[in-house]
Amino acid sequence: MSQTPAYVPEKPLVEGNHTFASITSLIGDISEQPAPKWWYIAFGISNLLLGLLLTMIGYLIWEGTGVWGITNPVGWGWAIINFVWWVGIGHAGTLISAILFLFRQGWRTAINRFAEAMTIFAVICALIFPGIHVGRIWLAYWMFPIPNGMNMWPNFNSPLLWDVFAVGTYFTVSLLFWYVGLVPDFATLRDRVKSSIGAKVYGFFALGWTGGNRQWQHYEKAYLLLAGLATPLVLSVHTIVSFDFAVSIIPGWHTTIFPPYFVAGAIFSGFAMVMTLMIIARKLYKLEDIMTINHIEKMNLIILVTGNMVGFAYIMEFFIAWYSGVTYEKAAFINRAMGPYAWAYWTMFLCNVISPQFFWSKKMRTSITASFILSIVVNIGMWFERFVITVTSLAQDFLPSSWGYYSPTWVDILTYVGTFGLFFTFFLLFLRFMPMVAMAEIKMVLPQADPHYHGHEKGGNS
Amino acid sequence: MKSDQMFGLLAEFKHTGDLLNAAKLVNKAGYKKWDTYTPFPVHGMDDAMGLKPSILGRIVFGHGLAGFSLGASLTIWTSSVAYAMNISGKPFANLPSFVPVTFELTILLSAFGAVFGMFFLNNMPKHHNKLFNSERFKRATDDGLFIVIESDDDLFNESKTADLLREAGAIHIEPISA
Repeated sequence: MSQTPAYVPEKPLVEGNHTFASITSLIGDISEQPAPKWWYIAFGISNLLLGLLLTMIGYLIWEGTGVWGITNPVGWGWAIINFVWWVGIGHAGTLISAILFLFRQGWRTAINRFAEAMTIFAVICALIFPGIHVGRIWLAYWMFPIPNGMNMWPNFNSPLLWDVFAVGTYFTVSLLFWYVGLVPDFATLRDRVKSSIGAKVYGFFALGWTGGNRQWQHYEKAYLLLAGLATPLVLSVHTIVSFDFAVSIIPGWHTTIFPPYFVAGAIFSGFAMVMTLMIIARKLYKLEDIMTINHIEKMNLIILVTGNMVGFAYIMEFFIAWYSGVTYEKAAFINRAMGPYAWAYWTMFLCNVISPQFFWSKKMRTSITASFILSIVVNIGMWFERFVITVTSLAQDFLPSSWGYYSPTWVDILTYVGTFGLFFTFFLLFLRFMPMVAMAEIKMVLPQADPHYHGHEKGGNS
Repeated sequence: MKSDQMFGLLAEFKHTGDLLNAAKLVNKAGYKKWDTYTPFPVHGMDDAMGLKPSILGRIVFGHGLAGFSLGASLTIWTSSVAYAMNISGKPFANLPSFVPVTFELTILLSAFGAVFGMFFLNNMPKHHNKLFNSERFKRATDDGLFIVIESDDDLFNESKTADLLREAGAIHIEPISA
């Protein structure tokens, strides 16, 4: 106990001997050089799936929501599950860009740009589902407070309406935050790119950025304020998504643990998705110097922590159901674990609670293969979590005479598969044409960006 | 000597530390129309240049207040005046229910204030800028560390200003055409 602990230096955020210029070319070249062959193949497949999604949506609008598996008593099926799943995935992007920024976690710079891109595309995928679930889609504008000839206004007591505002604000603010981060990097590409059309397009979006310190001063302030605004926003969004369930009186939904439990689950699944995408991107684009094993380990630690929070919530729900003494609440939870959907419940439990426990071992945390496999397992588990919550409570509520069993139809399944086409179409376009790592921020964490790095101690008296 | 053909003098520096010290000297010499140009924000540069703190926070606060008022008045007015409906016996102005929408609108307008306020303070979008007349200046978004002193500055004198920048440690000095 009397030992003096050794000083453990922080691992460098960027590996290899990089200069400012080599960072620019490492990331900028990706947008300037011709796309590799795999990109065209992946883009083609994504486009086909996107076409599938549009076909399914067209069929749904033509025929009506009867083409889905939803019926009495389960009126909320895959559409809501997919909505919550995609929104949840989006949360990791905001967590990385805003919350880790406020906590001064320098390692976020390597991954924040494409985690934010993931957020935006995931929220687009999510927003499709409530949009097409309304049945009469031509009346979807009723969700917004628009003055109309009927003199009607939305019901502001409804959690579903809160959702419209929460997710709408979330999408807008995420897009703005992402764009603000991109402005200096668009200017870099504007000044680098060889083609004159490219220079014009990047120049248009760079808005005439010069890199002057009088600009950086306001820019950094705006970034800090946006991070401060996005942090309560992201926590509110999944809280309000959980209100869709918790404000109702259905057994298994009417619980106060839902908001924190949903937020933890959202971060859990979102980090897993960032991990999946990052492991592919760093390999294909040779960005191992920027997205290091150290990054993977830190993200796995967050997956481990949030996975345990989710596991705690699963067990706590059971305890409270028993402790409440409410017959229906107890029955709902016994049905979850041992009823007709027990297969889904235990899949969820295995994927979300058991599988992250591997990350207690440093060897697993720093293994790329293990991280990749577990990140996919976690996202499967989180999809099942939403399935279990939505379907089990509706299928077996108060009266056994109205119980039923829910199954999706082929339209449900193909619509969900199609959203991956939408997501990856956008994501591949982003990888192709935009700087996928925040160049200005990476340069800022290089040691030579520090004014004292080259021995200017006399400069430190301000 | 003030030249009509010249926008200003561009000086390049090798290290961020050199740039920081040079900025202190230029600020001390009393120049007003000048700036440092870097591919990333340099820590301590605001103080070195003698810049006042950004007023963006006040802009955002004003927008936040506007968002809050908009959210509160929209929810209360529509639910209790414009379209009063008895929903499960709740009061018309059911304030706890209106928290989410009011909160989201506060955040939304604050974010608009932060982003568009920043663009406004930074004179963006401004696609045509005389700085871009310099080929070398393109490196300001790559790895170049520059100071530009504009010829409009009252103290500007081509040879004296160039001397100041050279003494401050510039490795390259060139005029930018207007």
